[in-house]
Amino acid sequence: MDSFILLRFGDTGWGDEMLRAAIVTILVSLSAMAIGLLVSVFATMSKLSSNGFIRSIGNTYTTVVRGIPELLVIYLLYFGANNAIMGVAKKLFGYNQYIELPVFLIAAIAVGIISGAYSTEVLRGAFLAVPKGQIEASKSVGMNKFLIFRRILIPQVMRYALPGLGNVWQLTLKDTALIMVTGLVEIMRQAHIASGSTYSPFTFYITAALLYLVLTTASSRVLNSAERWANKGVRRA
Amino acid sequence: MNFVDFCESLPNEFLGLKVQLMCNSTPKLLGGVPLTIELVLISLLIGFLLALGLALMRISKNRFLNVISRSYVFYFRGTPLLVQIFLIYYGLAQFDFIKESFVWPFFREAYWCGILALTLNTAAYTAEIIRGGLQSVPYGQIESARAIGMSGILLYRRIILPIAFRQALPAYGNEMILMVKGTSLVSTITLMEITGIARYIIAKYWTPVEIFLVAGVIYLVINFLVTQIIKYAEIRFTPYLEHAKKTR
Repeated sequence: MDSFILLRFGDTGWGDEMLRAAIVTILVSLSAMAIGLLVSVFATMSKLSSNGFIRSIGNTYTTVVRGIPELLVIYLLYFGANNAIMGVAKKLFGYNQYIELPVFLIAAIAVGIISGAYSTEVLRGAFLAVPKGQIEASKSVGMNKFLIFRRILIPQVMRYALPGLGNVWQLTLKDTALIMVTGLVEIMRQAHIASGSTYSPFTFYITAALLYLVLTTASSRVLNSAERWANKGVRRA
Repeated sequence: MNFVDFCESLPNEFLGLKVQLMCNSTPKLLGGVPLTIELVLISLLIGFLLALGLALMRISKNRFLNVISRSYVFYFRGTPLLVQIFLIYYGLAQFDFIKESFVWPFFREAYWCGILALTLNTAAYTAEIIRGGLQSVPYGQIESARAIGMSGILLYRRIILPIAFRQALPAYGNEMILMVKGTSLVSTITLMEITGIARYIIAKYWTPVEIFLVAGVIYLVINFLVTQIIKYAEIRFTPYLEHAKKTR
């Protein structure tokens, strides 16, 4: 089979390149998920704030980012981030040189902003799912805000949010395919390059599809066992 | 005052963005809206029919049908839409027997490949939504319908489908928004919908941030309208729930 020859490892085939690209995909997804979680903690706090203005910032973020295509968010950051940073550097520090952020960073931030918007909705739901009585009870035994957050909210929010965050992870993983437009060599870009130079697009795109399937299946296994672990203290009927 | 004059009355630059250019290119970008909506509507429609079949296969007791439906959903939900589009548009051209067959005029066109990919993709997600809706119908309702002698198509038409439809509506609204966003990906296979036109304008004037911002606003407006339609449909199909909300 010609296809298998093309996918051989070493200098004669593209197998090792595809695997390396898969590792890049995993790294971008992990970084994006981390960035997204960080963003979503602040966005959730802002969405649950009692101040109308702060609340509208969080609401605008989730509405806008979930309402425009992921591809546009990535394009906007890819083309806009360097200019924005150069503009800021010029205004604040009088720095006039050309600045170029590494593509990996831009990709991780772009996908992170997208995944953050979805994580925010998940976290918000999880926070609201904690029964009010528990917070009242912890207040009545004299816990302060920080202690309530650490002892009552966080442990339960983490458990409630886990299935939703698992879904966000799967979305994030698939969204990284779009960063091929930035030129970062992840699975899709590598498949594109390989099919361009071998004239065997089907072979490489089906390989890409299989790699994504392996990644999503493996992560759903891990997520399932994480959920089991998080719920082991919960009494079930 | 016509539109061109209006654009010229705006400041040339604001916050480092070329405002006049943004204004001037808005009509061109809006020219992509019909194709975007066409792609969404066609693929949602065919995708829904396909999904209905897949969902029924999934809940059927026939193991063979069940496995087919399961693997279909597994593949299309587990891989990115972009891979699916590229596999159909670029991938199939690898095979000479396809190039020589009667289906080639179909697969040669980016338009049909785009529609096929979007349709197959949305069918997988919609099948899961429909399955969720069908399984959410309380068993008591089915039992009581059977008790008064309904069966088969009548049971589906009068009891199961209406309840399932109402249950699935919010999730299907999300899927519609995902599809509107998904159509932007077919710009990568040369289709000139909103994102495609945006890329074309950018290649000419090299003002990526401005043009993509305008395109983003257009998508936001479309998605806002979609959410309003869904909201209206939700109220329309369960007015008594709205009444309950108000009197609570």
